Amino acid sequence: MENDVNISTTSFKRCDIVKMVGRVDTYTAPKLQETLDALIEDGRFNIVFDMSEVDFLSSKGLWVLTETQKKCKKLNRGELVLAHVSERIHESFKLVGMDGYFNIFSDMTAAVGNF
Amino acid sequence: MKTARFPGRFDSLSKISKFVVSAAKEAGLGSKAIYAVELAVDEAASNIIEHAYGGEGKGSIECECQAGRHGLLIILRDNGKPFDPQAIPDLNTNVPLMERQPGGAGIFLIRKLMDEVIFSFSPNGGNELRMFKSR
Repeated sequence: MENDVNISTTSFKRCDIVKMVGRVDTYTAPKLQETLDALIEDGRFNIVFDMSEVDFLSSKGLWVLTETQKKCKKLNRGELVLAHVSERIHESFKLVGMDGYFNIFSDMTAAVGNF
Repeated sequence: MKTARFPGRFDSLSKISKFVVSAAKEAGLGSKAIYAVELAVDEAASNIIEHAYGGEGKGSIECECQAGRHGLLIILRDNGKPFDPQAIPDLNTNVPLMERQPGGAGIFLIRKLMDEVIFSFSPNGGNELRMFKSR
């Protein structure tokens, strides 16, 4: 697995913020999946994905986020929300009919405050 | 016209992206069209590696960019397995979250994002995908 993917997790009492920088594509998406799965395995189901520095997201990224949302929302145990989604990436979500799967916030305070 | 060949590996995707984005900018495309080209090419290249070659390190991808009066033509060529694009079902975009299954979004996005998409397969081996984005 690639070591050059810039991704970090910051834990708060009620949620975790995962931030990724750069591209989410077939090469880097597995690392994002691994990071999100680690939180879920730890019983952390309230997650904010900070996309302020994500400049590209392919269908692989859309699937990682959708699969994570399914795991978080199972048994109503939590939710994955998105913060700072660029307009062109938001368009991709809409094109494939996935924009309705996520609450999207334009600022981090509101995203964290959601929990 | 610019042409480059890339190893059929997923870590080539960012290099392919830089190559086509540069060509799209030189062709005078706007920022929304540039992103559409970047995304469509990424989806196509990923599909070539995953499906045409059946995995990484089994072949290369040639990318040709031709700027014209009306826009940008991108041609991707590979020597992997051909497939029937008509056999790929249309993506159902109206599915509840818990019923959503992965797969099929790549070709759907390519067709939505680009103005013209033509697949061709040579009997002697060699697949070609031509995608056009108007200015």
